[in-house]
Amino acid sequence: MTQLPEHTERSLGLVIDLDTCVGCHACVVACKGWNTETHGAPLSDTDPYGAAPEGTFLNRIHSFEVQPEAGPAQLVHFPKSCLHCEDAPCVTVCPTGASFKRAEDGIVLVNEDDCMGCGLCAWACPYGAREMDAAAGVMKKCTLCVDRIYNTNLPEEDREPACVRTCPAGARHFGDLSDPASDVSRLVAERGGMDLMPEQGTKPVNKYLPPRPRDSWPEEQSDTLAPFLAPVTEEAGGFLGWLDRALEQLPGGRA
Amino acid sequence: MHPAPSVILFSTLSGLGLGLMFWLGLGLPAVTGWSAFGLYFIAYALAVGGLMLSAFHLANPKNAPKAFSQWRTSWLSREAWAAVIALLAVAVHAIGVIFFDTRLAVIGAIGSALALLTVLTTSMIYTQIRAVPRWNQVTTPILFLTLSLAGGALLAGQVTAAAMLLPLAGIAQLVHWHIGDARARGPDSTPESATGLGGKGRVRLFEPPHTGSNYLLHEMVYRIGRKHALRLRVFAIVLMVVAPALLLIVPFSPLILALAALSHLAGVLASRWLFFAEAEHVVGLYYGQR
Repeated sequence: MTQLPEHTERSLGLVIDLDTCVGCHACVVACKGWNTETHGAPLSDTDPYGAAPEGTFLNRIHSFEVQPEAGPAQLVHFPKSCLHCEDAPCVTVCPTGASFKRAEDGIVLVNEDDCMGCGLCAWACPYGAREMDAAAGVMKKCTLCVDRIYNTNLPEEDREPACVRTCPAGARHFGDLSDPASDVSRLVAERGGMDLMPEQGTKPVNKYLPPRPRDSWPEEQSDTLAPFLAPVTEEAGGFLGWLDRALEQLPGGRA
Repeated sequence: MHPAPSVILFSTLSGLGLGLMFWLGLGLPAVTGWSAFGLYFIAYALAVGGLMLSAFHLANPKNAPKAFSQWRTSWLSREAWAAVIALLAVAVHAIGVIFFDTRLAVIGAIGSALALLTVLTTSMIYTQIRAVPRWNQVTTPILFLTLSLAGGALLAGQVTAAAMLLPLAGIAQLVHWHIGDARARGPDSTPESATGLGGKGRVRLFEPPHTGSNYLLHEMVYRIGRKHALRLRVFAIVLMVVAPALLLIVPFSPLILALAALSHLAGVLASRWLFFAEAEHVVGLYYGQR
Protein backbone atom coordinates (compact mmCIF):
# COMPACT_ATOMS: atom_id res chain seq x y z
CA MET A 1 0.00 0.00 0.00
CA THR A 2 1.65 3.19 -1.16
CA GLN A 3 -0.41 5.54 1.00
CA LEU A 4 1.84 6.81 3.77
CA PRO A 5 0.63 6.05 7.31
CA GLU A 6 -0.78 9.16 9.01
CA HIS A 7 1.02 8.21 12.17
CA THR A 8 3.69 5.65 12.96
CA GLU A 9 3.77 4.11 16.43
CA ARG A 10 7.55 4.37 16.47
CA SER A 11 10.08 6.02 14.15
CA LEU A 12 13.01 3.66 14.03
CA GLY A 13 16.08 5.09 12.39
CA LEU A 14 19.77 5.87 12.55
CA VAL A 15 21.72 8.74 14.00
CA ILE A 16 25.05 9.13 12.21
CA ASP A 17 27.86 11.03 13.88
CA LEU A 18 29.89 12.89 11.25
CA ASP A 19 32.36 13.88 13.96
CA THR A 20 33.25 10.30 14.80
CA CYS A 21 33.06 8.54 11.43
CA VAL A 22 36.55 7.66 10.24
CA GLY A 23 35.47 6.60 6.75
CA CYS A 24 36.63 2.98 7.09
CA HIS A 25 33.68 1.55 5.06
CA ALA A 26 33.20 -1.30 7.56
CA CYS A 27 29.46 -0.51 7.66
CA VAL A 28 29.34 -0.77 3.86
CA VAL A 29 30.84 -4.25 3.96
CA ALA A 30 28.72 -5.39 6.92
CA CYS A 31 25.56 -4.13 5.16
CA LYS A 32 26.41 -5.81 1.89
CA GLY A 33 27.32 -9.03 3.71
CA TRP A 34 24.16 -9.28 5.81
CA ASN A 35 21.75 -8.19 3.11
CA THR A 36 23.17 -10.44 0.43
CA GLU A 37 22.98 -13.56 2.59
CA THR A 38 19.53 -13.20 4.10
CA HIS A 39 16.05 -12.64 2.69
CA GLY A 40 15.27 -11.20 -0.72
CA ALA A 41 17.35 -11.02 -3.87
CA PRO A 42 21.10 -10.92 -3.12
CA LEU A 43 22.98 -7.67 -3.75
CA SER A 44 24.64 -8.57 -7.01
CA ASP A 45 27.92 -7.41 -8.49
CA THR A 46 28.55 -7.05 -12.19
CA ASP A 47 32.04 -7.61 -13.58
CA PRO A 48 33.43 -7.93 -10.02
CA TYR A 49 36.91 -9.06 -11.10
CA GLY A 50 37.00 -7.25 -14.44
CA ALA A 51 37.94 -3.78 -15.61
CA ALA A 52 34.73 -2.03 -14.53
CA PRO A 53 33.38 -3.61 -11.36
CA GLU A 54 30.00 -2.40 -10.12
CA GLY A 55 27.50 -3.58 -7.59
CA THR A 56 24.37 -2.90 -5.61
CA PHE A 57 24.93 -1.32 -2.20
CA LEU A 58 22.41 -0.06 0.37
CA ASN A 59 24.92 2.08 2.20
CA ARG A 60 27.79 4.10 0.75
CA ILE A 61 30.40 6.41 2.27
CA HIS A 62 31.17 9.68 0.53
CA SER A 63 33.97 11.96 1.72
CA PHE A 64 33.55 15.73 1.52
CA GLU A 65 35.97 18.58 1.93
CA VAL A 66 34.56 21.56 3.80
CA GLN A 67 36.43 24.78 3.16
CA PRO A 68 35.70 27.54 5.69
CA GLU A 69 36.16 31.27 4.96
CA ALA A 70 39.51 31.18 6.73
CA GLY A 71 41.73 28.36 7.88
CA PRO A 72 42.36 24.89 6.57
CA ALA A 73 39.78 22.62 4.95
CA GLN A 74 38.18 19.83 6.96
CA LEU A 75 37.53 16.31 5.70
CA VAL A 76 34.14 14.82 6.62
CA HIS A 77 33.31 11.18 5.96
CA PHE A 78 29.67 10.92 5.12
CA PRO A 79 27.78 7.59 5.29
CA LYS A 80 24.54 7.63 3.31
CA SER A 81 21.70 5.12 3.30
CA CYS A 82 17.89 5.29 3.32
CA LEU A 83 16.64 7.97 5.74
CA HIS A 84 13.23 6.25 6.21
CA CYS A 85 11.50 9.60 5.58
CA GLU A 86 8.18 10.43 7.21
CA ASP A 87 7.00 11.91 3.92
CA ALA A 88 8.72 9.38 1.69
CA PRO A 89 8.27 10.38 -1.98
CA CYS A 90 9.60 6.98 -3.10
CA VAL A 91 6.58 5.22 -1.57
CA THR A 92 3.76 7.27 -3.05
CA VAL A 93 5.07 7.13 -6.64
CA CYS A 94 5.19 3.31 -6.68
CA PRO A 95 2.54 2.01 -9.10
CA THR A 96 2.52 -1.64 -8.00
CA GLY A 97 2.32 -1.30 -4.22
CA ALA A 98 5.76 -2.86 -3.77
CA SER A 99 6.99 0.13 -1.75
CA PHE A 100 5.47 0.82 1.62
CA LYS A 101 6.12 2.50 4.96
CA ARG A 102 5.26 0.45 8.02
CA ALA A 103 2.81 2.03 10.46
CA GLU A 104 4.27 0.15 13.44
CA ASP A 105 7.88 1.34 13.21
CA GLY A 106 8.14 3.66 10.20
CA ILE A 107 10.55 1.44 8.24
CA VAL A 108 10.34 1.95 4.45
CA LEU A 109 10.50 -1.39 2.63
CA VAL A 110 10.15 -2.92 -0.83
CA ASN A 111 8.20 -6.10 -1.39
CA GLU A 112 10.29 -7.60 -4.18
CA ASP A 113 7.48 -9.96 -5.24
CA ASP A 114 5.48 -6.92 -6.38
CA CYS A 115 8.26 -4.74 -7.84
CA MET A 116 8.23 -4.38 -11.64
CA GLY A 117 11.56 -2.58 -11.81
CA CYS A 118 10.34 0.70 -13.31
CA GLY A 119 12.85 2.69 -11.25
CA LEU A 120 10.46 5.57 -10.52
CA CYS A 121 10.99 5.32 -6.74
CA ALA A 122 14.74 5.72 -7.19
CA TRP A 123 13.99 8.85 -9.23
CA ALA A 124 11.69 10.21 -6.55
CA CYS A 125 14.34 9.81 -3.82
CA PRO A 126 16.56 12.92 -3.59
CA TYR A 127 19.20 11.04 -1.60
CA GLY A 128 20.03 8.20 -3.98
CA ALA A 129 19.05 5.66 -1.33
CA ARG A 130 17.54 3.13 -3.73
CA GLU A 131 19.42 1.09 -6.30
CA MET A 132 18.00 -1.29 -8.87
CA ASP A 133 19.73 -4.64 -8.72
CA ALA A 134 21.17 -5.37 -12.16
CA ALA A 135 20.78 -9.14 -11.81
CA ALA A 136 17.40 -9.43 -10.06
CA GLY A 137 15.69 -6.45 -11.76
CA VAL A 138 14.07 -5.33 -8.51
CA MET A 139 14.63 -2.25 -6.37
CA LYS A 140 16.89 -2.68 -3.35
CA LYS A 141 17.09 -0.41 -0.35
CA CYS A 142 18.07 -0.31 3.32
CA THR A 143 15.64 -2.37 5.41
CA LEU A 144 17.06 -1.06 8.69
CA CYS A 145 17.92 -4.77 9.05
CA VAL A 146 14.31 -5.55 9.84
CA ASP A 147 15.37 -9.21 9.87
CA ARG A 148 17.87 -8.55 12.69
CA ILE A 149 16.21 -6.03 14.97
CA TYR A 150 13.20 -8.27 15.80
CA ASN A 151 15.08 -11.58 15.38
CA THR A 152 14.85 -13.53 18.63
CA ASN A 153 17.21 -16.17 17.23
CA LEU A 154 20.03 -13.65 17.51
CA PRO A 155 21.75 -12.73 20.78
CA GLU A 156 20.30 -9.52 22.15
CA GLU A 157 23.37 -7.41 21.34
CA ASP A 158 23.07 -8.34 17.66
CA ARG A 159 19.48 -7.10 17.37
CA GLU A 160 20.46 -3.86 15.69
CA PRO A 161 21.30 -3.02 12.06
CA ALA A 162 24.48 -4.67 10.77
CA CYS A 163 26.08 -1.28 10.03
CA VAL A 164 25.53 -0.10 13.61
CA ARG A 165 26.72 -3.40 15.08
CA THR A 166 29.95 -3.33 13.11
CA CYS A 167 30.97 0.34 13.30
CA PRO A 168 34.34 0.32 15.11
CA ALA A 169 34.16 4.05 15.83
CA GLY A 170 30.70 4.07 17.37
CA ALA A 171 29.59 6.59 14.79
CA ARG A 172 26.23 4.95 14.10
CA HIS A 173 23.34 4.77 16.53
CA PHE A 174 20.01 2.99 16.20
CA GLY A 175 16.80 3.71 18.05
CA ASP A 176 13.31 5.20 18.17
CA LEU A 177 13.46 8.84 17.12
CA SER A 178 9.79 9.44 17.99
CA ASP A 179 10.54 8.88 21.68
CA PRO A 180 12.12 12.06 23.09
CA ALA A 181 13.63 10.08 25.97
CA SER A 182 15.48 7.56 23.76
CA ASP A 183 19.26 7.65 23.55
CA VAL A 184 19.16 8.63 19.88
CA SER A 185 16.71 11.48 20.48
CA ARG A 186 18.88 12.80 23.31
CA LEU A 187 21.94 12.65 21.06
CA VAL A 188 20.08 14.62 18.40
CA ALA A 189 18.99 17.22 20.95
CA GLU A 190 22.43 17.59 22.55
CA ARG A 191 24.50 17.61 19.37
CA GLY A 192 22.18 19.57 17.08
CA GLY A 193 21.21 16.65 14.84
CA MET A 194 20.16 17.77 11.37
CA ASP A 195 18.12 16.70 8.33
CA LEU A 196 19.64 16.27 4.88
CA MET A 197 18.05 18.47 2.18
CA PRO A 198 15.19 19.72 4.38
CA GLU A 199 14.04 21.81 1.38
CA GLN A 200 12.93 18.62 -0.38
CA GLY A 201 10.16 18.25 2.19
CA THR A 202 10.80 14.56 2.88
CA LYS A 203 11.07 14.86 6.70
CA PRO A 204 13.83 12.27 7.11
CA VAL A 205 13.79 10.14 10.26
CA ASN A 206 17.56 9.53 10.20
CA LYS A 207 19.55 12.40 11.61
CA TYR A 208 23.17 13.49 11.15
CA LEU A 209 25.28 14.93 13.96
CA PRO A 210 27.52 17.73 12.64
CA PRO A 211 31.29 17.61 13.21
CA ARG A 212 32.29 19.35 16.47
CA PRO A 213 34.19 22.65 16.04
CA ARG A 214 37.92 22.15 15.57
CA ASP A 215 40.67 23.95 17.53
CA SER A 216 41.24 27.38 16.09
CA TRP A 217 43.98 27.91 13.51
CA PRO A 218 47.41 29.05 14.90
CA GLU A 219 47.17 32.61 13.51
CA GLU A 220 44.43 33.33 15.99
CA GLN A 221 46.13 31.42 18.79
CA SER A 222 48.35 32.94 21.44
CA ASP A 223 51.32 30.63 21.06
CA THR A 224 53.86 31.20 23.86
CA LEU A 225 56.75 29.55 22.02
CA ALA A 226 56.19 31.12 18.60
CA PRO A 227 58.01 34.44 19.32
CA PHE A 228 61.19 32.56 20.32
CA LEU A 229 61.11 30.43 17.22
CA ALA A 230 60.59 33.32 14.81
CA PRO A 231 63.49 33.78 12.33
CA VAL A 232 65.82 36.58 13.46
CA THR A 233 66.61 37.74 9.90
CA GLU A 234 64.76 37.48 6.63
CA GLU A 235 68.02 37.92 4.64
CA ALA A 236 70.23 34.91 4.04
CA GLY A 237 73.77 35.36 5.42
CA GLY A 238 77.20 33.77 4.91
CA PHE A 239 78.18 32.04 1.70
CA LEU A 240 74.56 31.48 0.60
CA GLY A 241 73.84 35.17 1.18
CA TRP A 242 76.83 36.19 -0.95
CA LEU A 243 75.79 33.73 -3.69
CA ASP A 244 72.26 35.05 -3.60
CA ARG A 245 73.44 38.68 -3.96
CA ALA A 246 75.99 37.76 -6.64
CA LEU A 247 73.42 35.93 -8.74
CA GLU A 248 71.07 38.89 -8.49
CA GLN A 249 73.76 41.07 -10.12
CA LEU A 250 73.68 38.96 -13.28
CA PRO A 251 71.46 40.12 -16.16
CA GLY A 252 67.86 39.07 -15.50
CA GLY A 253 68.67 38.36 -11.87
CA ARG A 254 66.48 40.96 -10.22
CA ALA A 255 63.01 41.61 -11.39
CA MET B 1 19.40 11.23 -16.93
CA HIS B 2 20.12 8.37 -19.21
CA PRO B 3 17.71 9.06 -22.07
CA ALA B 4 16.26 5.56 -22.54
CA PRO B 5 15.02 5.28 -26.15
CA SER B 6 11.96 3.29 -25.05
CA VAL B 7 10.75 6.08 -22.76
CA ILE B 8 11.43 8.83 -25.33
CA LEU B 9 9.63 6.93 -28.09
CA PHE B 10 6.78 5.98 -25.76
CA SER B 11 6.00 9.50 -24.55
CA THR B 12 6.41 11.02 -28.03
CA LEU B 13 4.40 8.47 -30.00
CA SER B 14 1.62 7.91 -27.48
CA GLY B 15 1.35 11.68 -26.99
CA LEU B 16 0.82 12.13 -30.74
CA GLY B 17 -1.61 9.19 -30.98
CA LEU B 18 -3.68 10.38 -28.03
CA GLY B 19 -3.66 13.91 -29.49
CA LEU B 20 -5.08 12.53 -32.75
CA MET B 21 -7.73 10.64 -30.75
CA PHE B 22 -8.73 13.92 -29.10
CA TRP B 23 -9.61 15.51 -32.47
CA LEU B 24 -11.24 12.36 -33.86
CA GLY B 25 -13.43 12.08 -30.78
CA LEU B 26 -14.73 15.60 -31.41
CA GLY B 27 -15.59 14.63 -34.99
CA LEU B 28 -12.80 16.77 -36.43
CA PRO B 29 -12.61 15.70 -39.21
CA ALA B 30 -16.07 14.09 -39.39
CA VAL B 31 -14.91 10.97 -41.21
CA THR B 32 -16.66 7.63 -41.59
CA GLY B 33 -15.89 4.25 -43.16
CA TRP B 34 -12.47 3.58 -44.63
CA SER B 35 -11.04 7.05 -44.12
CA ALA B 36 -12.06 6.87 -40.46
CA PHE B 37 -10.45 3.43 -40.26
CA GLY B 38 -7.20 4.85 -41.63
CA LEU B 39 -7.06 7.70 -39.12
CA TYR B 40 -8.02 5.51 -36.16
CA PHE B 41 -5.46 2.95 -37.28
CA ILE B 42 -2.73 5.62 -37.12
CA ALA B 43 -3.98 6.85 -33.72
CA TYR B 44 -4.04 3.37 -32.20
CA ALA B 45 -0.72 2.33 -33.74
CA LEU B 46 0.94 5.38 -32.18
CA ALA B 47 -0.79 5.23 -28.80
CA VAL B 48 -0.72 1.45 -28.24
CA GLY B 49 2.72 1.07 -29.85
CA GLY B 50 4.05 3.78 -27.55
CA LEU B 51 2.49 2.21 -24.46
CA MET B 52 3.94 -1.18 -25.36
CA LEU B 53 7.38 0.38 -25.82
CA SER B 54 7.19 1.74 -22.27
CA ALA B 55 7.24 -1.84 -20.98
CA PHE B 56 10.75 -2.25 -22.39
CA HIS B 57 12.30 -0.10 -19.69
CA LEU B 58 10.97 -2.33 -16.91
CA ALA B 59 13.56 -4.53 -15.24
CA ASN B 60 10.93 -7.00 -14.06
CA PRO B 61 8.00 -6.77 -16.52
CA LYS B 62 6.18 -9.83 -15.17
CA ASN B 63 4.83 -7.63 -12.37
CA ALA B 64 3.61 -4.93 -14.79
CA PRO B 65 -0.11 -5.83 -14.33
CA LYS B 66 0.23 -4.84 -10.67
CA ALA B 67 0.82 -1.26 -11.85
CA PHE B 68 -2.98 -0.80 -11.90
CA SER B 69 -3.22 -1.20 -8.13
CA GLN B 70 -1.95 2.07 -6.63
CA TRP B 71 -4.00 4.74 -8.42
CA ARG B 72 -4.69 6.48 -5.11
CA THR B 73 -1.14 7.84 -4.85
CA SER B 74 0.82 6.95 -7.99
CA TRP B 75 0.63 8.94 -11.23
CA LEU B 76 2.15 5.97 -13.07
CA SER B 77 -0.73 3.80 -11.87
CA ARG B 78 -3.23 6.51 -12.83
CA GLU B 79 -1.64 6.66 -16.28
CA ALA B 80 -2.20 2.93 -16.71
CA TRP B 81 -5.91 3.28 -15.86
CA ALA B 82 -6.41 6.47 -17.90
CA ALA B 83 -4.76 4.87 -20.94
CA VAL B 84 -6.88 1.71 -20.83
CA ILE B 85 -10.18 3.56 -20.24
CA ALA B 86 -9.35 6.16 -22.91
CA LEU B 87 -8.49 3.51 -25.50
CA LEU B 88 -11.75 1.65 -24.75
CA ALA B 89 -13.95 4.77 -24.90
CA VAL B 90 -12.33 5.91 -28.15
CA ALA B 91 -12.78 2.38 -29.55
CA VAL B 92 -16.57 2.54 -29.00
CA HIS B 93 -16.72 5.83 -30.88
CA ALA B 94 -14.40 4.48 -33.60
CA ILE B 95 -16.56 1.35 -34.18
CA GLY B 96 -19.59 3.62 -34.58
CA VAL B 97 -18.06 5.85 -37.25
CA ILE B 98 -16.15 3.10 -39.09
CA PHE B 99 -18.74 0.34 -39.29
CA PHE B 100 -22.13 1.93 -38.64
CA ASP B 101 -21.72 5.41 -40.10
CA THR B 102 -23.00 6.70 -36.74
CA ARG B 103 -21.27 9.22 -34.53
CA LEU B 104 -21.86 8.80 -30.80
CA ALA B 105 -21.02 12.41 -29.98
CA VAL B 106 -21.13 12.07 -26.18
CA ILE B 107 -18.91 9.00 -26.09
CA GLY B 108 -16.61 10.67 -28.60
CA ALA B 109 -16.28 13.73 -26.35
CA ILE B 110 -15.65 11.52 -23.31
CA GLY B 111 -12.96 9.68 -25.29
CA SER B 112 -11.36 13.02 -26.23
CA ALA B 113 -11.28 14.14 -22.61
CA LEU B 114 -9.83 10.80 -21.47
CA ALA B 115 -7.15 10.92 -24.19
CA LEU B 116 -6.02 14.31 -22.88
CA LEU B 117 -6.23 13.05 -19.31
CA THR B 118 -3.85 10.22 -20.23
CA VAL B 119 -1.32 12.73 -21.58
CA LEU B 120 -1.70 14.73 -18.37
CA THR B 121 -1.00 11.64 -16.22
CA THR B 122 2.12 10.90 -18.27
CA SER B 123 3.39 14.44 -17.75
CA MET B 124 2.62 14.30 -14.02
CA ILE B 125 4.90 11.26 -13.59
CA TYR B 126 7.79 13.61 -14.33
CA THR B 127 6.32 16.83 -12.92
CA GLN B 128 5.83 15.32 -9.44
CA ILE B 129 9.53 14.48 -9.01
CA ARG B 130 10.84 17.23 -6.79
CA ALA B 131 14.35 15.79 -6.92
CA VAL B 132 14.55 16.88 -10.59
CA PRO B 133 14.05 20.66 -10.38
CA ARG B 134 13.86 21.03 -14.17
CA TRP B 135 10.78 18.80 -14.34
CA ASN B 136 9.10 19.89 -11.13
CA GLN B 137 7.32 22.95 -12.60
CA VAL B 138 3.90 23.89 -13.90
CA THR B 139 4.92 24.18 -17.56
CA THR B 140 5.81 20.48 -17.81
CA PRO B 141 2.17 19.33 -18.12
CA ILE B 142 1.37 22.39 -20.28
CA LEU B 143 4.19 21.44 -22.65
CA PHE B 144 3.10 17.80 -22.91
CA LEU B 145 -0.56 18.79 -23.46
CA THR B 146 0.06 21.52 -26.05
CA LEU B 147 2.45 19.27 -27.99
CA SER B 148 -0.08 16.45 -27.96
CA LEU B 149 -2.90 18.76 -29.11
CA ALA B 150 -0.79 20.42 -31.82
CA GLY B 151 0.61 17.14 -33.14
CA GLY B 152 -2.85 15.57 -33.09
CA ALA B 153 -4.26 18.54 -35.02
CA LEU B 154 -1.56 18.12 -37.68
CA LEU B 155 -2.33 14.41 -38.08
CA ALA B 156 -6.09 15.10 -38.12
CA GLY B 157 -5.61 17.74 -40.82
CA GLN B 158 -7.01 20.51 -38.62
CA VAL B 159 -5.00 23.23 -40.30
CA THR B 160 -6.44 26.24 -38.45
CA ALA B 161 -6.21 24.56 -35.04
CA ALA B 162 -2.67 23.36 -35.77
CA ALA B 163 -1.64 26.85 -36.92
CA MET B 164 -2.79 28.23 -33.57
CA LEU B 165 -1.57 25.37 -31.35
CA LEU B 166 1.94 25.02 -32.82
CA PRO B 167 3.03 28.52 -31.71
CA LEU B 168 1.43 27.87 -28.31
CA ALA B 169 3.43 24.66 -27.95
CA GLY B 170 6.53 26.56 -29.03
CA ILE B 171 5.95 29.20 -26.35
CA ALA B 172 5.35 26.44 -23.76
CA GLN B 173 8.64 24.84 -24.80
CA LEU B 174 10.61 28.09 -24.55
CA VAL B 175 9.12 28.91 -21.16
CA HIS B 176 9.80 25.35 -19.98
CA TRP B 177 13.46 25.68 -20.94
CA HIS B 178 13.70 29.12 -19.38
CA ILE B 179 12.15 28.14 -16.02
CA GLY B 180 13.96 24.80 -16.13
CA ASP B 181 17.36 26.45 -16.58
CA ALA B 182 16.67 28.81 -13.68
CA ARG B 183 15.49 25.97 -11.44
CA ALA B 184 18.40 23.71 -12.37
CA ARG B 185 20.88 26.48 -11.50
CA GLY B 186 18.83 27.68 -8.56
CA PRO B 187 19.91 27.62 -4.94
CA ASP B 188 17.20 25.16 -3.87
CA SER B 189 19.36 22.11 -3.16
CA THR B 190 23.12 22.52 -2.95
CA PRO B 191 26.10 20.38 -1.84
CA GLU B 192 25.80 22.33 1.42
CA SER B 193 22.13 21.44 2.01
CA ALA B 194 22.68 17.87 0.82
CA THR B 195 25.35 17.28 3.47
CA GLY B 196 24.08 19.71 6.11
CA LEU B 197 27.63 21.06 6.35
CA GLY B 198 26.94 24.49 4.84
CA GLY B 199 27.36 26.27 8.18
CA LYS B 200 31.02 25.28 8.23
CA GLY B 201 32.05 26.36 4.75
CA ARG B 202 31.94 25.44 1.10
CA VAL B 203 31.38 21.72 0.48
CA ARG B 204 33.20 19.81 -2.25
CA LEU B 205 33.28 16.07 -2.96
CA PHE B 206 36.73 14.91 -1.89
CA GLU B 207 36.43 11.20 -2.56
CA PRO B 208 33.49 9.37 -4.14
CA PRO B 209 32.21 6.24 -2.38
CA HIS B 210 33.64 3.93 -5.02
CA THR B 211 36.03 4.02 -7.95
CA GLY B 212 33.57 2.46 -10.41
CA SER B 213 30.11 3.52 -11.44
CA ASN B 214 26.69 2.54 -10.07
CA TYR B 215 22.98 2.47 -10.90
CA LEU B 216 22.45 6.04 -9.70
CA LEU B 217 25.26 7.42 -11.83
CA HIS B 218 24.08 5.54 -14.93
CA GLU B 219 20.45 6.58 -14.47
CA MET B 220 20.49 10.03 -12.95
CA VAL B 221 23.90 11.65 -13.32
CA TYR B 222 24.30 10.82 -16.99
CA ARG B 223 25.75 13.79 -18.81
CA ILE B 224 26.15 12.88 -22.45
CA GLY B 225 24.89 15.30 -25.04
CA ARG B 226 24.52 18.29 -22.72
CA LYS B 227 27.29 20.17 -24.53
CA HIS B 228 25.13 20.07 -27.67
CA ALA B 229 22.07 21.17 -25.73
CA LEU B 230 21.77 24.62 -27.29
CA ARG B 231 22.13 23.31 -30.85
CA LEU B 232 19.61 20.57 -30.11
CA ARG B 233 17.18 23.13 -28.71
CA VAL B 234 17.34 25.17 -31.92
CA PHE B 235 16.96 21.96 -33.92
CA ALA B 236 13.96 20.91 -31.81
CA ILE B 237 12.09 24.22 -31.95
CA VAL B 238 12.65 24.63 -35.71
CA LEU B 239 11.50 21.12 -36.61
CA MET B 240 8.74 20.93 -34.02
CA VAL B 241 7.11 24.36 -34.44
CA VAL B 242 8.64 26.71 -37.01
CA ALA B 243 8.87 24.36 -40.02
CA PRO B 244 5.38 22.82 -39.64
CA ALA B 245 3.83 26.26 -39.03
CA LEU B 246 5.46 27.62 -42.22
CA LEU B 247 4.32 24.56 -44.18
CA LEU B 248 0.74 25.25 -43.09
CA ILE B 249 0.86 28.66 -44.83
CA VAL B 250 1.46 26.90 -48.16
CA PRO B 251 -1.83 25.95 -49.94
CA PHE B 252 -3.17 22.78 -48.34
CA SER B 253 -2.19 19.42 -49.77
CA PRO B 254 -1.95 16.01 -48.06
CA LEU B 255 1.74 15.77 -48.96
CA ILE B 256 2.54 19.11 -47.31
CA LEU B 257 0.56 18.06 -44.24
CA ALA B 258 2.45 14.75 -44.02
CA LEU B 259 5.73 16.63 -44.33
CA ALA B 260 4.67 19.03 -41.56
CA ALA B 261 3.67 16.09 -39.32
CA LEU B 262 6.98 14.28 -39.92
CA SER B 263 8.97 17.43 -39.18
CA HIS B 264 6.92 17.93 -36.01
CA LEU B 265 7.54 14.33 -34.94
CA ALA B 266 11.31 14.69 -35.42
CA GLY B 267 11.24 17.94 -33.44
CA VAL B 268 9.28 16.42 -30.55
CA LEU B 269 11.71 13.49 -30.43
CA ALA B 270 14.61 15.94 -30.13
CA SER B 271 12.75 17.94 -27.48
CA ARG B 272 11.92 14.81 -25.50
CA TRP B 273 15.49 13.57 -25.77
CA LEU B 274 16.63 16.87 -24.24
CA PHE B 275 13.90 16.63 -21.58
CA PHE B 276 15.51 13.46 -20.29
CA ALA B 277 19.17 14.17 -21.10
CA GLU B 278 19.11 17.56 -19.36
CA ALA B 279 17.27 16.34 -16.25
CA GLU B 280 19.71 17.07 -13.45
CA HIS B 281 18.79 15.00 -10.40
CA VAL B 282 19.78 16.41 -7.00
CA VAL B 283 21.48 13.10 -6.12
CA GLY B 284 24.28 14.38 -8.36
CA LEU B 285 25.18 16.75 -5.51
CA TYR B 286 26.48 13.75 -3.54
CA TYR B 287 28.70 12.86 -6.50
CA GLY B 288 30.23 16.26 -7.14
CA GLN B 289 27.90 16.96 -10.07
CA ARG B 290 25.07 19.34 -10.55
